[in-house]
Amino acid sequence: MRELTYREALREAMAEEMERDERVFLMGEEVGHYNGAYKVSEGLLDRFGERRVVDTPIAETGFSGVGIGAAMVGLRPIIEFMTWNFSLCAYDQLVNNAAKLRYMSGGQISLPIVFRGPGGAAHQLAAQHSQVVENLYAYVPGLKVITPSTPYDAKGLLKSAIRDDNPIVFIEGEVLYGRKGQVPEEEYTIPLGKGDVKREGKDVTIIAWSKMVHVALEAATALAKDGIEVEVLDPRTIRPLDEALILRSVKKTNRCVIVEEGWPFAGAGAELCYRITNGAFDYLDAPAVRVTGEDVPMPYAKNLEHLVLPGVEKVVTAVKSVLYRS
Amino acid sequence: MDRDLMLSLYRDMICIRRFEEEAARAYTRGKMGGFLHLYIGEEAVAVGAISAVEPTDYIVATYREHAHYLARVGDMKAAMAELFGKATGCSKGRGGSMHFFDMKKRFMGGHAIVGGHVPIAAGIAFASKYRGEPDVTLCFFGDGTANMGAFHEGMSLAALWKLPVVFICENNLYSMGTPLYRTLAVEDVAVRAEGYPMAQEIINGDDVLEVREAVRRAAKRARTESLPILVEAKTYRFRGHSMSDPAKYRTKEEVEEWMNRDPIRILAQRIYELGVANEAQLKAIDDEVKQEVAEAVKFADESPVPDPATLYDDVYSETEPRQDEEKVVPLPRRARAGG
Ligand SMILES: Cc1ncc(C[n+]2csc(CCOP(=O)(O)OP(=O)(O)O)c2C)c(N)n1
Ligand SMILES: [Mg+2]
Repeated sequence: MRELTYREALREAMAEEMERDERVFLMGEEVGHYNGAYKVSEGLLDRFGERRVVDTPIAETGFSGVGIGAAMVGLRPIIEFMTWNFSLCAYDQLVNNAAKLRYMSGGQISLPIVFRGPGGAAHQLAAQHSQVVENLYAYVPGLKVITPSTPYDAKGLLKSAIRDDNPIVFIEGEVLYGRKGQVPEEEYTIPLGKGDVKREGKDVTIIAWSKMVHVALEAATALAKDGIEVEVLDPRTIRPLDEALILRSVKKTNRCVIVEEGWPFAGAGAELCYRITNGAFDYLDAPAVRVTGEDVPMPYAKNLEHLVLPGVEKVVTAVKSVLYRS
Repeated sequence: MDRDLMLSLYRDMICIRRFEEEAARAYTRGKMGGFLHLYIGEEAVAVGAISAVEPTDYIVATYREHAHYLARVGDMKAAMAELFGKATGCSKGRGGSMHFFDMKKRFMGGHAIVGGHVPIAAGIAFASKYRGEPDVTLCFFGDGTANMGAFHEGMSLAALWKLPVVFICENNLYSMGTPLYRTLAVEDVAVRAEGYPMAQEIINGDDVLEVREAVRRAAKRARTESLPILVEAKTYRFRGHSMSDPAKYRTKEEVEEWMNRDPIRILAQRIYELGVANEAQLKAIDDEVKQEVAEAVKFADESPVPDPATLYDDVYSETEPRQDEEKVVPLPRRARAGG
């Protein structure tokens, strides 16, 4: 099968959907003439023209709201945030408008809109530019939250997101853009709300998404040398959550470690712990354990940043702890 | 024209230029990470404006703030160490290039969410007015910022409450890769002032003396009449938006044309014409500055990285709230000049 980068896979998803449906358009800062701050939209302006690839000023509240308005009356906007950090300027639009318009109107409104862009820490971008926002959005009923970890998932999920009639928060991994993976030439989509087992194992389940999947897989490789067989489960969408798959895996391994890049307080990991305790209590041989980002704003200094992010070592330690090994 | 003043402005601008040239080299050598946004080409704006006000006036800037920090605080070592992510940096290595702070010198940051600092500047000015203090706040931002909601709300409140802020738009014609004409429906950011309403002035941002004079007047008005003003300085950044931007969206001719209006060269020319100094004397200043930059790099290199044990420091203030019944005494006031 051919290989594409995560970036190319996303681009292909947008291009195919734009080709397929004229109501789909892309809007955001630097998406057109500059070909995207992270080059995800490279070539799309040339291909689709200024009507469908719209450069905006720096005005997150404004263009998010414009997207929502356009979606209310039947267009299918893809709104790119240069990074999800800047979506916080538009948080009101996403939470108070996008998430609620359908419910408040008694179901009269559909909002087929995708908000997308890179999230999470990159390299030493400091506190205002290194944040995990999926938890902020997954908290909100009415939004769906997607966090792909591979090029294959990125493409299939983005296509489904664009075809979905709900507001979608699609968070790409900033450090995953250059990562390669197999992506078939043929058309495919991945249903929202379906997780994926990235590695099978019988001893411990690690639940991780976005770039933490790769940390988990590395940890699994390291642990395999000690004869520990780790199952790595990527929920792929945080909301809706594939609870059935998670419970099935935990009931098999009886132990669970959740790895997430974000802050611990009220994060998705906390929710997962609750659901696992609630749904698989009798199967657990140890309490589920979380490995999270440290509970601080991201420091700039390289050594401190390294301490903050969940790394392979921390994951290995956590896995051993649920196995009561050291 | 004041001889010492001209030489000191020249020195300040050269400091910024040489500091940033070295920072760019250090960046390519992997001495620092993150984003690095250079101010090269725009030095006259920060230097002219900050030299025009009192050291007690507040400065609020963006992520492109090395210049403003150097113009106000002047501590090259602390600046370079911050870029290198060292404990001796002006933000203890926590902030990096985009988040320089020095509260003692009233340098109020280094803010990296476009527009987010504009209401903050209004708030600092609000506090000055609240306490009856004479201080003025200078708030720097780019042309692209004029489209943000936070920008409008900050300006609007400053006008409504007559806050002593001088808003200084560093109009370098681009927000990242996008030329102004594609982000703004008007030609000048300054016209936006009228609706708030607020006084405005458009100036040549490459002429440090013109900037200084305009900001001196604006600050005086803010101080004595407590009125905000928007000063738009037209300028140009010679480098890309950040180190990762090759700036292919600008023609070579355009860049060259602006480089011919290099603010440092313009001032040097003026200095020669007025017989304030000759080439050898300016070169001597440049050599001194280069030496200072080299020492800053050495200092930054040799400084320790932040102690991992400090990771959780400063998330919260640890001072205990006052529990006594006594009324909290107001801070001593300094009188507002002009009442
Ligand atoms: C709210 C927000 N959106 C987007 C960005 C990304 N970004 C950083 S600087 C910049 C361009 C700013 O242009 P301008 O205000 O003209 O300042 P300049 O960089 O030219 O000095 C953009 C889009 C950001 N930091 N914050
Ligand atoms: Mg600009």
